[in-house]
Amino acid sequence: MKRYIDAAAVTASPALSRRRFLTVTTLGGAGFVVGCGQREQAPADAAEPTPAAAEAAPEPVSLETLNAFVRIGSDDTVTTVVKHLDKGQGVTTGLPSIVAEELDADWSQMRFEFAPADAEKYANLFFGVQGTGGSTAIANSWMQYRAAAAGARAMLVAAAAKRWSVPAAEITVAAGVVSHPSGQSARFGQLAADAASETPPDAPALKAPEDFKLLGTDLPRIDSAAKTDGSAQYTIDVDLPDMKVALVAHSPRFGGRVASFDATAAQAVEGVSEVIEVPTGVAVVADSFWSAGKGRDALKIEWDDRDAELRGSDEIMADYRELAAAPGVTASDGGDVDATLDNASQVVELTFETPFLAHATMEPMDCVVRLDESGCEIWTGSQLQTVDQQVAAAVAGVPMGQVRVNTLFAGGSFGRRAVPNSDYIGEAVAVARASQGSDPVKLIWTREDDFTSGHFRPMSLHVMRAGIDAAGQPVGWSHRIVTQSILSGTPFEGMISNGIDPSTVEGAANLPYAVKQLQVDVHTPRIGVPALWWRSVGHTQNGWVTEVMIDQLAHAANADPVDYRLGLLEAHPRHRGVLERAASAADWSGPAPEGRFRGVAVHESFSSFVAQVAEISIDSNKRLTVHRVVCAVDCGFAINPDIVRAQMEGGIGMGLGAFLREGVMFSEGQVLSNNYHLYRPLRISEMPEVEVHIVNSGEAPTGVGEPGLPPIAPAVTNAIFAATGQLITTLPLGDQLRAG
Amino acid sequence: MKVEFSVNGEPRTVDVPGDKPVLWVVREDLKLTASKFGCGIGQCGACTVLLDGNMTRSCGLPVSAVAGREITTLEGADDAVATAVRDAWRALDVVQCGYCQSGQMMSAIALLRSNPAPDDAAIDAAMSGNLCRCATYQRIRKAIHQAAGELGGAA
Repeated sequence: MKRYIDAAAVTASPALSRRRFLTVTTLGGAGFVVGCGQREQAPADAAEPTPAAAEAAPEPVSLETLNAFVRIGSDDTVTTVVKHLDKGQGVTTGLPSIVAEELDADWSQMRFEFAPADAEKYANLFFGVQGTGGSTAIANSWMQYRAAAAGARAMLVAAAAKRWSVPAAEITVAAGVVSHPSGQSARFGQLAADAASETPPDAPALKAPEDFKLLGTDLPRIDSAAKTDGSAQYTIDVDLPDMKVALVAHSPRFGGRVASFDATAAQAVEGVSEVIEVPTGVAVVADSFWSAGKGRDALKIEWDDRDAELRGSDEIMADYRELAAAPGVTASDGGDVDATLDNASQVVELTFETPFLAHATMEPMDCVVRLDESGCEIWTGSQLQTVDQQVAAAVAGVPMGQVRVNTLFAGGSFGRRAVPNSDYIGEAVAVARASQGSDPVKLIWTREDDFTSGHFRPMSLHVMRAGIDAAGQPVGWSHRIVTQSILSGTPFEGMISNGIDPSTVEGAANLPYAVKQLQVDVHTPRIGVPALWWRSVGHTQNGWVTEVMIDQLAHAANADPVDYRLGLLEAHPRHRGVLERAASAADWSGPAPEGRFRGVAVHESFSSFVAQVAEISIDSNKRLTVHRVVCAVDCGFAINPDIVRAQMEGGIGMGLGAFLREGVMFSEGQVLSNNYHLYRPLRISEMPEVEVHIVNSGEAPTGVGEPGLPPIAPAVTNAIFAATGQLITTLPLGDQLRAG
Repeated sequence: MKVEFSVNGEPRTVDVPGDKPVLWVVREDLKLTASKFGCGIGQCGACTVLLDGNMTRSCGLPVSAVAGREITTLEGADDAVATAVRDAWRALDVVQCGYCQSGQMMSAIALLRSNPAPDDAAIDAAMSGNLCRCATYQRIRKAIHQAAGELGGAA
């Protein structure tokens, strides 16, 4: 029984058309085949509930499928089928809240479960494939889930109208109860079976936003309970009968291969069942993590480094500096900007350098695989289900329709679990396939595997020149970027347009400030280090350099940094809105508290707008403290303001950690920072007080997972400059204040 | 080797290599998976449990070292302090990805048992061994203050 709202029938929100940066067309153009309609469709109601959902919905007597997104139990629970991965951003609360609103359900009856991999039903409408990223989960689902829930509501009403022999128009629904003025009433669970056989309406009426009761309020997270009693299931927690645990020894250098290995000692370790070579290294399969680890330690492997990346990060940056001497591919044509700058009243020239960054998710990469006669079943925090399904099918040697993906909570991702080649998932399937046994296999990467095997946010070099006229107005802005393309060589390569990977120039080529001549060009050298999107992607770098540069122009023009920006943002009211709100909440026009200094930044990413004012002090030992961050965000309609605040807090904390200390350093092709003692994210003692203000622009909802991050590094950089006159142009900060 | 110890108030016996860390014994052999693997070297705190009531990183602690002793994991943390911590964590929606939070809560429970009214500096000192990549730190601080208040500490 296939009864779901056709995604194509759902009206596109303004955000949708604007954000269609990944499309079926471009993916198809890159030779990427989704495979919709070419395989057996597992009906949604055949999917096993995830352990978390089972926990949330004890012993449902029966569960009626009203459409692909809404199921109603005879126990009165409403289960929202969540097509996106929840890696902490709160989508397992956000999507059910959208459903609850249009369904007029009571929040307490809402449950969720992760959707199976099924691109036909569950594609990200901005991507064309099933996947989560680019802060799109709510934005792409907004109209789709509203329509699904409104359709389900109409089906409940139609069922009640038939049962009571009354006109549907006279029926009302509130807090999970369907009622008629005659006194008849029924709970959802009592109507669900009849409702499921009603015909879904083509274009169900949606509520006017002013009628929202739940959306826009701080509904509590559905996942809080399971995540505070230990019952939430992550991949690492999956336990199947006779399951084995595998660890894989990888080449210490990217691109290295196994030349030969001696498994004698490893095989002698108690609990080790197999040692097998797979394309990515040598796998040790054992009865437990501990045995597998001891077995791996006992392996003797000779590596073939002929194709390996042998440079260190310093050497790669030195090569980038050489590349920057010549123009790259033009992303924004500023005309003869050099001539303009020659005639400018003042010119600011700055070179910025950023390091590779690790995602450093608290849960290292992991995946459980079971191969049997029915195909391949995987359990993982899948962020690109369609791609993972395709890779697993290819590695397992089965049709894509025989790969079942069980998406579980991910212990963080920040982009790491959306890998175009599904690296660790493919590896897990390869181990299971190579294994002589038929037992399921859980692949676990240790922290060292995670830190040394990539993928990383690319390092970058930015050579910038900008000039102002006698009135202080910017007349020319030249920005040359050297960084890796994330898309190159992946199934998403079709998104590269005119030689430009959009992720390399986002936030730079679309600089919002009124600059007469904007020149942006980019070099994307191919190097042997696997690159990947990292929370806010190109904006992590471009947001930093552009917001430091504009601050330096304000300084050169002897202007207030907020006023200067506002004067150049007349065409960008949403930038202005958040900047004005942050400045006023931080009392920017008043003096900073004694001994404190402030810096500001504003940046748009993923169609959301964020401004931050950082308040810092630097003590006599040149120790930096970031005391307070005032943040204003315009993400359109905030469906759950508390989750918006949480994402701003998190983005600020993660971005501040990266600013202070993070950087993956290589020497002779080997990663040195292999665990948390050498790669050190922010700790609680460094977390500033964060105050979040939500600016409601009345626009459709856009994402908040990433946009909180880009402004913090420039805001703190600008505050340090205000405090000391020292301008930080190389990240991380490290010891530069003491050295400077 | 056979090791007898107590987990969440119940006597348990496991027969595993003596150097197998307590984290992996509780996770793999006793099927208690709240305590998480994060780094394996005691740097992230995701594996935090209580050993005889004291905050302990379990990822590097050999099971042979806990013979005859008492381990508490989040699954078994249900006294007044643990309940206050759990309630505060839920009331403030501290969690994001949630992976580190078992360790965070065990550290918070240990802190509140020894210091019923910690100030921010005491919280930062006690919680600095617990990484949260989602940076839920501001809410962790608030939740500990709130739990302390519930327990009667002058937070």
